[in-house]
Amino acid sequence: MSTRTFGTRVERNIDPKLLRGEGAFVDDIPLNNPLHAAFLRSPVARARLKKIDVSAARNYPGVAAVYTCNDIGPLDMPMPLLIPHPSMKNPKTQRPLARGDVYYVGQTIAMVVAVDRYTAEDAAALIEVEYEHLAVEMDMKRALVGGAPLVHGDVPNNLAAHFIQVSGDPDAAYARAEHFTKIEVQVDRSTAAPMECRAVAARWDAISGELTVWDGTQAPISVRGGLASIFNLDEDKVRVIAPDVGGGFGQKVLLFYPDELLIPMAAMELGRAVKYIEDRRENFIGSSQERTQIHTIELAALKTGEVIGLRDSFLHDTGAFIPYGIAVAQVASTSIAGPYRIPNIWVEFKAVYTPTVQVTPYRGCGRPQACFAIERAMDQLAEELGIDRFEIRRRNFISEKEFPYPRDGLLFADGLKVTLDSGQYGRALGMAAEAFAGPDFLLDQEKARAEGKYLGLGLACYVEGTGLGPYEGGHIRVHPITGKVYVNTGLSGQGQGHDTVFAQIVADQVGVSPSDVIVVEGDTKAFDWGVATFASRAAVVSGNAIHKAALTARKKILEAAANMLEVDIGDVDLHDSAAWIKGSNRFVPLAAIATASNPLRYAFNEAAQAATQFAPASKHDGPPLAEGQAPGIEATEYYSPPASTWAYGVHAAIIEVDPQLCTVKIRKYVCIHDCGNMINPMIVEGQVCGGIAQGIGGALYEKLEYQPDGNLANASLMDFLVPYATEIPPVSILHLETPSPLNPLGVKGVGEAGCIAVGAVVASGVEDALRPLGKITIRQVPLTPRMISEALEQAGV
Amino acid sequence: MKPPLFRYEAPRTLRDAVAILASDADAMVLAGGQSLVPAMNFRVAAPSLLVDIQHVEGLKGIAIEGNEIVIRAMTRHRELELDSRVRRLNPLIAETMQHVAHVPIRNRGTVVGSLCHADPSAEMPLLFVLLDGTITAIGPDGTREIASADFFQSFLTTSRCQDEIVIEARLPVLPDGSGFAFDEVTRRHGDYALVGLGCVLSLNDGGHVHDIRLAACGISDRPVRLRAVEAALNGKLPDSSELAIAARASVDAVTQADDMNTSMSYRRRVLSGLIQRLVPIAAARARAGYRQ
Amino acid sequence: MKRSAIRPSIPERSDDPLVEVSLVVNGQPIKRTVSVRMLLSDFLRHELGLTGTHVGCEHGVCGCCTVHIDGKAGRSCLTLAVQANGCAIRTIEDVASEDGALHPVQQAFKECHALQCGFCTPGMVMNVLSRFEEREPLDLSEAGIRDLLSGNLCRCTGYINIIAAVRRAAELLGRG
Repeated sequence: MSTRTFGTRVERNIDPKLLRGEGAFVDDIPLNNPLHAAFLRSPVARARLKKIDVSAARNYPGVAAVYTCNDIGPLDMPMPLLIPHPSMKNPKTQRPLARGDVYYVGQTIAMVVAVDRYTAEDAAALIEVEYEHLAVEMDMKRALVGGAPLVHGDVPNNLAAHFIQVSGDPDAAYARAEHFTKIEVQVDRSTAAPMECRAVAARWDAISGELTVWDGTQAPISVRGGLASIFNLDEDKVRVIAPDVGGGFGQKVLLFYPDELLIPMAAMELGRAVKYIEDRRENFIGSSQERTQIHTIELAALKTGEVIGLRDSFLHDTGAFIPYGIAVAQVASTSIAGPYRIPNIWVEFKAVYTPTVQVTPYRGCGRPQACFAIERAMDQLAEELGIDRFEIRRRNFISEKEFPYPRDGLLFADGLKVTLDSGQYGRALGMAAEAFAGPDFLLDQEKARAEGKYLGLGLACYVEGTGLGPYEGGHIRVHPITGKVYVNTGLSGQGQGHDTVFAQIVADQVGVSPSDVIVVEGDTKAFDWGVATFASRAAVVSGNAIHKAALTARKKILEAAANMLEVDIGDVDLHDSAAWIKGSNRFVPLAAIATASNPLRYAFNEAAQAATQFAPASKHDGPPLAEGQAPGIEATEYYSPPASTWAYGVHAAIIEVDPQLCTVKIRKYVCIHDCGNMINPMIVEGQVCGGIAQGIGGALYEKLEYQPDGNLANASLMDFLVPYATEIPPVSILHLETPSPLNPLGVKGVGEAGCIAVGAVVASGVEDALRPLGKITIRQVPLTPRMISEALEQAGV
Repeated sequence: MKPPLFRYEAPRTLRDAVAILASDADAMVLAGGQSLVPAMNFRVAAPSLLVDIQHVEGLKGIAIEGNEIVIRAMTRHRELELDSRVRRLNPLIAETMQHVAHVPIRNRGTVVGSLCHADPSAEMPLLFVLLDGTITAIGPDGTREIASADFFQSFLTTSRCQDEIVIEARLPVLPDGSGFAFDEVTRRHGDYALVGLGCVLSLNDGGHVHDIRLAACGISDRPVRLRAVEAALNGKLPDSSELAIAARASVDAVTQADDMNTSMSYRRRVLSGLIQRLVPIAAARARAGYRQ
Repeated sequence: MKRSAIRPSIPERSDDPLVEVSLVVNGQPIKRTVSVRMLLSDFLRHELGLTGTHVGCEHGVCGCCTVHIDGKAGRSCLTLAVQANGCAIRTIEDVASEDGALHPVQQAFKECHALQCGFCTPGMVMNVLSRFEEREPLDLSEAGIRDLLSGNLCRCTGYINIIAAVRRAAELLGRG
């Protein structure tokens, strides 16, 4: 076998193209004379629409069409509820264009299609709307109280969903507990803020009846299925392409955004290509947000620090609509006990409607909030019992011999019972402790103190359920002329390096260089069985499907090569794009094998020439293509995971606080993580690092500031503080590889790992730093200088 | 976020520029565009006419005239920041400019543009108020010189009339023996200051503070000279107890109410902290014997 | 749209006043007539088809649209095309060699895995390149490189690898 690339730091195939500016994002795709769309979006949070007058807009020079809810025919209905769940009594989704009422600042009221975006925006500004303002309640707790202004008139108390899950026997645990600790914590609202905003372009071919949609989505197959259904077209007449996409982070997995339906509709109606390129302001007020949760968490423990029971009740802000169901809250619920045994759990959430942008998953999907709650509680417990923070965690970790560790009664986002399958939690914690052991920290603390600054150590652990189903597929074909290997899967990429990671899996089996493996995904024409890229599942689900296909392809290659070389299969080796007789220089190129396996293709080219020099690819009596045999070297396989596989990690950091200026600086950040076998450690680190940066954003900077009247005050990158390089400290990533027992590759997901624990790390580090000054408890992130100032004032400092 | 429609003129002479600007009450001057164009992209600014002065003769470059550094209308931030004469004659300028946004913005944005934009959290207006810089504006009625103290009136508001073009702004060189310092507290590097503070002082032979100037941005609707703090420090040794007392005199200068960015109480805290940190730095520089 | 539907009448263009814009782009003299309000970012991308320059925010914060204007990095989203009259503009398309070979800065990014989705990358490269091409001495310390990169947002990488790439680029270019 050639050198295995699985596990190595292979540079990415896609990079030269992206570096040269040859990426093809939706707005880069050349379309024939496209029209451009802009939306009129509600400037008020909650209002009745008394009158809409689009006449001035319609007459504006350069305008092709203006649509309101009255002009979109069958599209004028609430968009699909993607994930139903019985905990939602009366789930609400929005219409593509508002009818009757608007429910949040940013909601789409009308769409203008014009010759260019400048003109479309001019015309949108000319649309006259009369709003009857309605009262709003932005605070979740107050929104639940009787008499509060309702987001939806027929949803009492703004309660979108109510769900309780129980594992073990919490009541019994509470009865025998020796110590209780309780804390209320809050995580504030944030948004993914990908560098490329959302974008949709559509083209309708009236002759062939085919609709082509370019969509910066994480879910092209699902979008295709939805479009076909909603527009009453055959699925194979709808092609959805997710081209290069500039970051997704969950925001782009939701379907449908209004434009995803309205742009294809306009293209079909107007007979011209139409595109909608969301601008940054719109991304802030129209595309999904996430994070707001308030947890009241209580731990029941023994004096030894062993936590025997947990009660958590949390409020989850779902925004004005709930198209993605309760996924975020459900993931938070099932992650609430973290890596700890805690065999008795009672976790309840209430999802609350507020007149704000809808909440759907953003990287982490509820895990950061759950981690913040449990880790703050553990710290508080440690403090109260006089037990070291590391030690109390050690005592509560699920130990290696306890795996697989089920949490009966807790169902993960895939509807299956939560079962933590593998890990070395204690070892990871040990590595974190080691990273900060030694005299350096104390010396640094003293030096800092001389400058009026305080250093603390932050620590947090997390678990991450990854790789959920239902399934993904992998298709492989070896090209007869070049011998290059083409791979397809039903996912799409937004920078995760699928093109290289999946290439490595195939390269190893088929004996080629990863740069000779061309991965084409994100196009329903290339492959259209599958779900989407989200929830840290690509490596697990598509990776294993592609691996299975690679094994099948390998077998076919070996069989054909053995026949062509006239040896036994066991004497054949695959490497350097050829099949070799072991211990000899005799080989047949892969291209020739692929050519020879397709009995019709002879004498056209070099590969065909090469093929004729060998025996036929398949040796048998009868027709060239035997019964049950397919031409060429091609394989399609699917992988459906039996359950999620649980990754985990420990993060720690040195946090510096300046109590005069109340500024926080992370001096050094260490992450120990375990995502099972790593296909490409370089790409894994990239994912973790990116997640940590978003985590730092959520810990110290990124908060969406909704005003009491429902207006979003910081709807720009000027005022919504996404960290620059200057805000990110040196990060050290240490890997543990405990292979997952659940899939052949032994991999676990890692896409969301980096961001989960950061809030808790920073909070605990700031508390540790300020301890000499007084008892300061950090219960809310993002943590701003103002909050530290107020905490210090309260503590009398 | 595309700008609304406007007419556009790019005059080559100052006379033409003034005449065109005066011809339309909703006309605005376009220089570097780093403040105006984003405002237009957000459609919060909608000038009917843009008078682009980048081709007007005589508005480029930096001149040293006696004790003054003359910054012309089209001088980009980065030019001023990197000018070796300016670095020698008034090192406080380059030090302050490190905090102005980021280099690509400084490559295009102009110093005069920043003054005319008059964001109360901006660094260049602070510098001008600190050093009593002057601004020269030309309009249909002629040329006038405006003192910084009179120029910055309120949030995004200066005493420049709509039909006037600021053609240059002047800052003094720092005298020998000066101590100086600048720092600010921001959320992210390069953001507008939550609070910024500039300090210039000299020390007499006994090491007592002599002729101290302190100005802050971010604490009010315009940059503010901290005269009460200056009065408390003049004649004193810049030690920590005197600084703590003097810093208390800065509280009333903070008039910016709680807003999305932070609280008044926090700004007061930070201003006090910056005063106590920067004055010793300036004093140390004075002691080290700054020479042009 | 049904086959039987009459094709709607759609205007050809807007009523925007047009201006002639004359400038040099990637060494080539260009003369076009465009709307007076067209942003340089849109001019490069849609009038000239140079889609390597990306648009991330249109208010000058993210840096995705960074190009070189008369040799210095600047935000094309904050520049009107007509403002660029007489200027020399350089975009990402001009950085690699004719035959596609990567410039050392680009090579460094590839080696260090300093890009993921690639959307911020052209602006990042143009910013880094302009600093290497400036005569000002470069501060290549940890803090110095971070400062150099501040002003370009990246949401994917967390910046650590980009910092390494700048250091590597300095090595490849014999700087630092």
